[in-house]
Amino acid sequence: MNKTTKSCKRGYLSLFFTVLGTFISGFAYAEYGVNMTQGVTEFSQTAYDLHMIVFWICVVIAVLVFGTMIYSMFAHRKSKGVEAAQFSHSTKAEVIWTIIPILILVSMAVPATKALMRMEAPKDENGEHLNMEMTVKVTGYQWKWKYEYLGENVSFLSTLKRDSDMARQIGDFPNKKRPGEIENYLLDVDQPLVIPVDTNIRFLLTSNDVIHSWWVPQFGWKRDAIPGYVNEAWTNVKEVGTYRGQCAELCGKDHGFMPIVVEVKSKEDFAKWLSEQKGENLAGDVSVQTLAKN
Amino acid sequence: MSNTNTEQYFVPHKARWPIVGSIGMTLTAVGAATFMNSSSSHTPVLMYLGFAVIIFMMFGWFGEVVKESESQMYNEQVDTSFRMGMVWFIFSEVMFFACFFGALWYVRNFAVPWLGGEGTGSWTNNEIWSGYEGVWPTNGPANVGGEFELIDPYHLPLINTILLMASSITLTIAHHALIKGLRKKTIGWLIATVILGATFLFYQAEEYIEAYQHLGLTLGSGIYGSTFFMLTGFHGMHVTLGAIMLTVITIRMIKGHFKPDSHFGFEAVAWYWHFVDVVWIGLFIFVYIM
Amino acid sequence: MSHTTTLDHEHDHDHKPKGFVNRWLMTTNHKDIGTLYLVFALIMFIAGGALAMIIRLELFQPGLQFVEPDFFNQLTTMHALIMVFGAVMPAFVGFANWMIPMMIGAPDMALPRMNNWSFWILPFAFIMLGSTFFMDGGAPAAGWTLYPPLVLQGGKNLAFAVFAIHMMGISSIMGAINVIATIMNMRAPNMGYLKMPLFVWTWLITAFLLIAVMPVFAGAVTMLLTDHYFGTTFFNAAGGGDPVLFQHIFWFFGHPEVYIMILPSFGIISEIIPTFARKPLFGYVSMVYASAAIAFLSFIVWAHHMFSVGMPFGAELYFMYATMLISIPTGVKVFNWVATMWKGAMTFETPMLFAIAFVILFTIGGFSGLMMSIAPADFQYHDTYFIVAHFHYVLVTGAVFAIIGGVYYWIPKWTGNMYSERLGKIHFWWSTISVNVLFFPQHFLGLAGMPRRIPDYSTQFTEFNMWSSIGGFAFGLAQVFFCIIVWRTVKGKGTTKATDRVWDSAKGLEWFVPSPAPHHTFQDGAPVKDEQLAHVSSH
Ligand code: HEA
Ligand code: HEA
Ligand code: CUA
Ligand SMILES: [Cu+2]
Repeated sequence: MNKTTKSCKRGYLSLFFTVLGTFISGFAYAEYGVNMTQGVTEFSQTAYDLHMIVFWICVVIAVLVFGTMIYSMFAHRKSKGVEAAQFSHSTKAEVIWTIIPILILVSMAVPATKALMRMEAPKDENGEHLNMEMTVKVTGYQWKWKYEYLGENVSFLSTLKRDSDMARQIGDFPNKKRPGEIENYLLDVDQPLVIPVDTNIRFLLTSNDVIHSWWVPQFGWKRDAIPGYVNEAWTNVKEVGTYRGQCAELCGKDHGFMPIVVEVKSKEDFAKWLSEQKGENLAGDVSVQTLAKN
Repeated sequence: MSNTNTEQYFVPHKARWPIVGSIGMTLTAVGAATFMNSSSSHTPVLMYLGFAVIIFMMFGWFGEVVKESESQMYNEQVDTSFRMGMVWFIFSEVMFFACFFGALWYVRNFAVPWLGGEGTGSWTNNEIWSGYEGVWPTNGPANVGGEFELIDPYHLPLINTILLMASSITLTIAHHALIKGLRKKTIGWLIATVILGATFLFYQAEEYIEAYQHLGLTLGSGIYGSTFFMLTGFHGMHVTLGAIMLTVITIRMIKGHFKPDSHFGFEAVAWYWHFVDVVWIGLFIFVYIM
Repeated sequence: MSHTTTLDHEHDHDHKPKGFVNRWLMTTNHKDIGTLYLVFALIMFIAGGALAMIIRLELFQPGLQFVEPDFFNQLTTMHALIMVFGAVMPAFVGFANWMIPMMIGAPDMALPRMNNWSFWILPFAFIMLGSTFFMDGGAPAAGWTLYPPLVLQGGKNLAFAVFAIHMMGISSIMGAINVIATIMNMRAPNMGYLKMPLFVWTWLITAFLLIAVMPVFAGAVTMLLTDHYFGTTFFNAAGGGDPVLFQHIFWFFGHPEVYIMILPSFGIISEIIPTFARKPLFGYVSMVYASAAIAFLSFIVWAHHMFSVGMPFGAELYFMYATMLISIPTGVKVFNWVATMWKGAMTFETPMLFAIAFVILFTIGGFSGLMMSIAPADFQYHDTYFIVAHFHYVLVTGAVFAIIGGVYYWIPKWTGNMYSERLGKIHFWWSTISVNVLFFPQHFLGLAGMPRRIPDYSTQFTEFNMWSSIGGFAFGLAQVFFCIIVWRTVKGKGTTKATDRVWDSAKGLEWFVPSPAPHHTFQDGAPVKDEQLAHVSSH
């Protein structure tokens, strides 16, 4: 009558260890640089912390739930000759496994709320709105970024660097380089955004055509650039360095090819750079304007 | 053995019409899509053909159902299925309108104020749309579609409100008459309902002509024109459909269909008509008055 | 039986109509329509899977090898649309058609003619959608989320895609109406609501979701259509509209939509586990309430897909909290499944293996969902491969695994033939291992910063992408193998005849009719017997 009585091979359960193993080894890998970055801003650190808290909570729940299940699959199998129990209800158990998860969620919600507040409504030590020391306006174009230093009369476009652009073309042609031969393949631009370290910087994001999203993982956030609207975000980078990101909202055929590079300089170097730009910009401005129109 | 043939749930054994309906639908869709995509404004023959096939299907399908119904093949359970079908169909229509009402609510309470600099919109207003006030009604900061004037809610729209509400009442009177078995009276009030519905449509057309020709208000008048015409337009299409259905049941009444205790076709149309009426009241308040 | 004589020629109810057109094109039989849906879903799964294979091929290594970026976006978009609307949803409707009338003791679906129409709209809709690949400008390429303004840049495809979506919507709504009318009106005497199998319950709730959100989706794409062709400005700031408005409407539909794809799976799993644990489902009533709670919550969490669009702070906070809440009822389900296995007497036939894998892998997918509901962390996760990993865990190892498990579970009843247990087990292990190789590394890719919807990537992502692609090809081949197993079972090759009960401790009405189930079941309207049912005592 039934074909189910075939005895089970031990091997069946190796699956669950395989899966669990991947899960754990995945985490081990994570230590070696494929986990979320801790970044270089207060906010990226918070995002990372939240990520890890929730991750570990999930791992613990997973071990408990899957552990119970796997134990059960070994212990409560027909081939061992067990009789199936016939209970089908336990109010106590059900209440417990409703209440405990609620408490767990509350414990996640508290730090998450704090972090969100810090991002969206930042305050300084005195409880005042955090003062922004400079403002950068970012405009998305298909498929490049325009950066404007508000009040400074400096602005320029930032596009995928030429060597990447050549290497990414489909097909073969003379002198074609392979992606592996190019440093920072797809993550380099002709002219990076330059900002000072340790400075509260307001970003205003908008777009000229479709929706883009400006994302540098090391800063810890991404924010959409929406045509006709201006979005606000802020950051304060703690370390000098070069940080790379990409457009994170599908924006057409070259969505994968509009990287973001931010050079964070010391305040002095930044000031120097900015005044150089101002000199140059008198000449440069015109071409920027025409480019932007296209 | 009076009820032998209805003890079982009636399951038809062949459905000829659905496939016709699908073909009609596809023709309509392909026809409309090609028409929209072509730059020249030829007549969308394929689309009309599709419509014709759909109408043919409806007559065929409903005709079959009417025939089965009139020959007593449906028991009460079948009747209940039909009722549930109709109720949930109307619910889906409610959600369709909710979508457009929701859009209206969103643009009025969020999008337009933000563009005007309220709330999180101050940078938006400063950087892109400075000078834009963000007051409803609006065709947006770029004055899309040019200047327009509004329709005075207390002229045609008010008349239309009264007409449609009156038609709901006349329909209810007709229904009560039907339950009491007063055939003549039912037909009379049904005809009155159809006339009220048709008059509504006439005035609605009048209003559109007025809007386009004298007020400068078109579908392209920014977000006001978009929400106004999409909401009233879809409503108008539903009134048209409702009026056609009313006409059909009037004809069926005249032909002697429906019984005081079983007349689902009548009721379904009545529910639909009341739904259309309720949507209109929503429109009158949220689109015209507020 | 005299009533049939007036309209048709089949006096004998157990004889199937003859000829292709009669049997399939004009059918009103819930089993035949169920078969049509399932076959259609399988074809679409292969089509959508084939597109995914091209995606994985292109992503095998950095640099563009096979497809142009724009075509890549078309592949992504069409892959998702086909899988969601062509494969998973129709497969569930197929199960609903086959099983619901049999499970509640109904002679057929409540509105059989409309049932036929629900199905026969779909092939037309998908031919129309697929034809956009051959138009100038190609298929829609803005992602299955169809965000404006990008989607409005598409060529001629927009009108075709929109009308195809309208047709799918009409089909889904009619299908859902039918399910509701059947469940509410067609239960055999003594089949109370709280005696219904959980699969029936989850489908009832799913049907409500469908009727509530498909029209909203239809409205949203209609606005796209008029914005593109008739000069409205719903999604254009210049005219006072807002591109984000579309996202709100889309996700008001889209989030319930993802539960539309998982609730019936919950139902299937809740049928399979008790059978092979030989123990009643634990917490039946709480399962029903949990499903309803999930459905309710699904309406009020939509903007968790939009944390980075720049919503007001309060809105972000609200949507974060609401989203986190969904873990509670979902957790209840998971715990109940584990408790059902606890102290059972389990055997591990193929359906049970898929069900167990479902519980584990769906939960992993749920956990990544929970992680993404934390808004400040989602600023990092959003639009990366972490999300791609999340939703393939819940959709492939969730929905698709439940579908496959359900096929193994019920195919003996459908065909009268027992599938080959040996091949089934091979299929299971092959699928389960490869699917994890396919999707698990995508978590790492996402965390390391690889955005989704890109045809080419920076070289540091190479290794995991290779793994993912290899897993993808292996998983694809495993499904070819599945098609062979199904084929052999249908044809009775290398199989044995199935008994009526099929599984020794299976409960529910479907196991008390012959295998294969006769063309017409339950025409006598006799009351069902409690001892045939899995759930009788309602606590
Ligand atoms: C079947 C489909 C399905 C299902 C069931 C889910 C389930 C969930 N999803 Fe998922 N989701 C998708 C399909 C699905 N999702 C898709 C397709 C997308 C992407 C769309 C696109 O952009 O293209 C997406 C995207 C998506 C996002 C947007 C990410 C972004 O773009 O930035 C978010 C954010 O919150 C999210 C959250 C969740 C949550 C919280 C659940 C919860 O329901 C999960 C609940 C389950 C569990 C938590 C596990 C079991 C529970 C326990 C064992 C109890 C104990 C646990 C705790 C209390 C911690 N999903
Ligand atoms: C139910 C829904 C569903 C299902 C079942 C799947 C199944 C699969 N998906 Fe799906 N996917 C989505 C829903 C789904 N997906 C959605 C909603 C998106 C988002 C789209 C967007 O961004 O807009 C997405 C996006 C998406 C991406 C990201 C694309 C991008 O961001 O650019 C990728 C990449 O790997 C991918 C891969 C796969 C693979 C390998 C499978 C496999 O499981 C498929 C396996 C099946 C087969 C392969 C078919 C059977 C066999 C054959 C056809 C024979 C040929 C086989 C060989 C040659 C080996 N999917
Ligand atoms: Cu710009 Cu994606
Ligand atoms: Cu969601």
